Amino acid sequence: MTNHHRSEISLHVNGVTHRLGVDNRTTLLDTLRENLGHTGPKKGCDHGQCGACTVLLDGRRVVSCLTLAVAAEGAEVTTVEGLAGDGELLPLQQAFIRFDGFQCGYCTSGQLCSAVGMLAEHAAGWPSSVTADVSPDGPTPVLDAAEVRERMSGNLCRCGAYPSIVRAVLETEAAG
Amino acid sequence: MNAVGVAQPRIEGPAKVTGAARYAADVPIEGLAFGAVVLATVTRGRIRDIDVDAVRNMPGVLGVIDHRNAPRLNPKAGGFFGPDGQLQLLQDEMIPFAGRPVALVVAETLEQAQAAAHVLPVTYDEEPHDTNFTADHPAGRPAMTIFDEPVDVGDVEAELAASSVVVEERYRTPEEYHSAMEPHSATVWWDGERLEAIDSNQGPFVIAATLATLFSLSLEKVRIRTEHVGGGFGSKGLCGPQLILAAMAAHRFGRPVRVTLTRTQVFLTTAMRPATDQLIRIGADADGRLRAIWHEPAFEISPLVEYIEGCTELTKTLYAARAIRTRLTAVPLDILPPYSMRGPGAAPGSFALESAMDELAERLGIDPLELRLRNEPAAGPVSGLPFSSRNLVECLREGAHRFGWGTRDHRPRLRREGSLLVGTGLAATSFSAGAFPSSATITAEADGTFTVAIGATDLGTGARTALTAIAADALEAGTERIRLRISDSDLGPAWSAGGSRGTTSWAWAITEAAEKLRGQEWRGTVTIDTTQSLGGLPGRERHAYSAVFAEVTADPATGEVRVRRLLGMFAVGRVVNPLLARSQVIGGMIGGLSMALHEEGVRDPVSGRHVNADFAGYHIAAHADVPDIEADFVPDHEPGIPVGVKGAGEIGNVGTAAAIANAVWHATGVRQRSLPIRLDRVLE
Amino acid sequence: MKEFAYQRAADIRDALIAGGGGARYLAGGTNLVDLMKEGVEAPTRLIDVRRLPLDGISEAADGALVIGATTTNSDLAAHPEVRRRYPALSQAVLAGASGQLRNMATVGGNLLQRTRCAYFAAQECNKRVPGTGCPAIAGAHHNHAILGWTRSCVATHASDMAVALTAFDAIVRYETLDGAGEIPLSEFYPPVGDTPHVETALPPGALITAVVLPGAAASPRSRYRKVRERASYAFATVSIAAAFTEGSVRIALGGVASRPWRCRTAEAFLLDSPGSFRAAAEAELSAAEPLPGNGYKVTLARNLIETVLKELQP
Repeated sequence: MTNHHRSEISLHVNGVTHRLGVDNRTTLLDTLRENLGHTGPKKGCDHGQCGACTVLLDGRRVVSCLTLAVAAEGAEVTTVEGLAGDGELLPLQQAFIRFDGFQCGYCTSGQLCSAVGMLAEHAAGWPSSVTADVSPDGPTPVLDAAEVRERMSGNLCRCGAYPSIVRAVLETEAAG
Repeated sequence: MNAVGVAQPRIEGPAKVTGAARYAADVPIEGLAFGAVVLATVTRGRIRDIDVDAVRNMPGVLGVIDHRNAPRLNPKAGGFFGPDGQLQLLQDEMIPFAGRPVALVVAETLEQAQAAAHVLPVTYDEEPHDTNFTADHPAGRPAMTIFDEPVDVGDVEAELAASSVVVEERYRTPEEYHSAMEPHSATVWWDGERLEAIDSNQGPFVIAATLATLFSLSLEKVRIRTEHVGGGFGSKGLCGPQLILAAMAAHRFGRPVRVTLTRTQVFLTTAMRPATDQLIRIGADADGRLRAIWHEPAFEISPLVEYIEGCTELTKTLYAARAIRTRLTAVPLDILPPYSMRGPGAAPGSFALESAMDELAERLGIDPLELRLRNEPAAGPVSGLPFSSRNLVECLREGAHRFGWGTRDHRPRLRREGSLLVGTGLAATSFSAGAFPSSATITAEADGTFTVAIGATDLGTGARTALTAIAADALEAGTERIRLRISDSDLGPAWSAGGSRGTTSWAWAITEAAEKLRGQEWRGTVTIDTTQSLGGLPGRERHAYSAVFAEVTADPATGEVRVRRLLGMFAVGRVVNPLLARSQVIGGMIGGLSMALHEEGVRDPVSGRHVNADFAGYHIAAHADVPDIEADFVPDHEPGIPVGVKGAGEIGNVGTAAAIANAVWHATGVRQRSLPIRLDRVLE
Repeated sequence: MKEFAYQRAADIRDALIAGGGGARYLAGGTNLVDLMKEGVEAPTRLIDVRRLPLDGISEAADGALVIGATTTNSDLAAHPEVRRRYPALSQAVLAGASGQLRNMATVGGNLLQRTRCAYFAAQECNKRVPGTGCPAIAGAHHNHAILGWTRSCVATHASDMAVALTAFDAIVRYETLDGAGEIPLSEFYPPVGDTPHVETALPPGALITAVVLPGAAASPRSRYRKVRERASYAFATVSIAAAFTEGSVRIALGGVASRPWRCRTAEAFLLDSPGSFRAAAEAELSAAEPLPGNGYKVTLARNLIETVLKELQP
């Protein structure tokens, strides 16, 4: 008998394809953590209110706690574990260490994935809520501290590493 | 080749930026079952029935633990404040507050456990409740006095009567929540007769001791580990409900069980900073010299367990005054038991004291900075004891210099930038320093390295990195030769990461052990306990100090307040690692900013329940709220404590709210005596 | 969360056939999955419409901008024509939620999001189960409605996007098994009355396919301003979308009512007395009925109308 409450899916995570059966209720976050051993993404609120579970889905940052695994079938998922290729840390990851962009580290994987997605969004010319003029005909908004803060506001940090995170992102961006 | 004093990135940095660092809910365990907690939805009453049969046959459900089948717990178990009724979970049908756990549903998967917990029918017989905190509540009574006891120095009434200027105001702070990003999680299994747990907490030894008492086990039968902890801020200093319930379930079902609280459950059933209502009277001569400080704070508690929100800590030590009187009132209500939250007592207390000082400066027509400098005491104003080291003046002067305070026009509401009003404010602070007994073991290994074992924890404080540096210097070795082991109750008695006394307590043990190993010519193994040497510490006023400066904008049309600049100068003893210490005090200041502008637990006035128990409703500062923050250290050294450290975990939180509130007054001309400084409190 | 069946719709018809009864359409899921976790929503079946060819933004022959229902909030806000002709809409979307949530949320789903009233999420109330009362009126209503509410419900609508769409007279297009239909946004959210559980005018089982922005409403001189208790990542306390178009002013408020509140009174007032922004605001808000704990919203809404129009006026 078919169980309508479960699905067989393929998930592509950090370049590896997994075939697995999931409870339709299971979020991408819980699937990554409990089924696939990717505990980098963290559950801070499970309601899209903190950003600790942020991953990249087909290159765009999303909260994995409100993404159903079954709905992510076929998508390319990148978690914090997949950011560094071949063991070499991204400049952004190195900058987080150098500028001490974390304390407890619990929000860090979300901050990093979010920053990677955010930098791509900015490079694509997307405005933000603090962009003075959203008109597409003006110059591309410069990624200054205010822009980084606004664009990263979906990632809460209770230790208060915000200034160091902003600095790490800006330094990484400046270094190209 | 000193390692102490050198800015070094965190040892666990690579693990934290690659997702490799394991927190309590991350450790894979074979055969794991999941527990979902069910909380009481009434504020006071009794459980009438829990219909376990309604969920017993749901997919994957292994069973339900409630007050009818839970193991009996030892009522003597407790913590710093004595026997703790909050630990007595599932022992009877009584509901002392909304959010009290009433059952644990255990199932094969997390989804199954949560689904069953969500529909488990629980009925109650409600009883009248009281969650309405007021300073003059008839149930109010003197707070417990194991610290921050009431004091009377001089004749406070006579000095007030003789004062040229008197400020008499009330300051209020709401219920606030620690909100560590990692929800409390425990995974427990029984290894034969021994209970093993991976738990998110601030001190595995202290928690293991409490858990052993609670379950009437000998201490050797309990082992708790906690490798990485996603923040605590006080809320993980207790033996948490996740651990107690997981321990019950692991025993009952004979397999490993993980219990992770949901975010809402963290709000409703772990801990909070109590609301405070503080009456302050300060009297001064026309030249600004203080004659009297009379500080009477009230705060709320639960009848389940004692607690002290020591709001008068600064009042007793920060300023010279001829007369000082303090009284702390505790008001028992049907609420979640409060517990220490970052800068306990001092954070709300300093909001009151430093706001009142600013009001006094205004009424005297004196520079608020100058008012502080004029009241610098030579010895403890209450204790009469000498200060071990006191560098508040240096913090104030250096901070004022860097901030550009000297050009400030002290009159309010004079600076406009477009539609915005601009203002600046400051606060002076202190936070007590000290150490608690700890043990440490150091082994000289054959390969030339040293294994340093201590039951410390790193909640993000940088303890792992700092203790490695301290051990390296004490052992006259490079940090590469130090193998630090922490976060395990088997490593012996140790104080928790709390009270700004983690580094001091652990550094003491490590340096003493290293000293002993030196006596063995760096060979073999030594274990020491600092209980005795701590007792030899002479009586002194020991405090860290800081001065916080803030610049804000306020939009009177919308009520929006933004902090534009924040600067803190700190005297926290010797700084072990400037990079990490700076992060820690900046983080504290952001906590203070958040307290000033955002944080407020809101209760339904009818049901008494919290209505904003999540991150959408309970706002903590986000990236966009936080400007670049300058923090630095003045040279300081604590002479009584090895390495000369004082602790930097909490002082950052202290004073920031008052500095911001004072800046809002300077911008708008309106005093903010209740936190948070909401839109509707600024809107014109 | 209750168990449910899941299927991906192959096309619109497939979705509509599967969409009846206890089913719910799933697109971004940012609100639906959230509410399913709380048990507020308990569908027996989820019909995933995210991959239907309903995304994208195109210009119609009459100059209208047609926004596909599964266009993400991010793509909507970043679209050059939206930014050029309807900047207040771009700003409204950017003011909502977070970068992550905007990448997930879709235009259709955004319109259908439920109130963020804390009571609604935590317990039964008239909006969830008719006849169970409104605990917010006697409760913590600091952030609740001041306009158009009734004793049955005082919740506000949470969308920023819908406020701007309301100002621009957007039209919602939908499909049912009986055919296609259109509803102006001004009629999309019915008045509260004594039926707060009836949140939209969509027929049962309808699937939103697009939102249309009339060409005549285009206004480069438009703005969205949102006031909230945190600088970002928070729902509005009060927000405003305002636009100057040829010979008229368009104003809509968010955070003040069960739906985006189009300020027809103020708009009419300004036709007679151009530039009298404060008086227009006061005329609009004379209908406000604040509760004891949210009277500040009247002042805030008044100030916002006045200051934003002043800054924006030609």
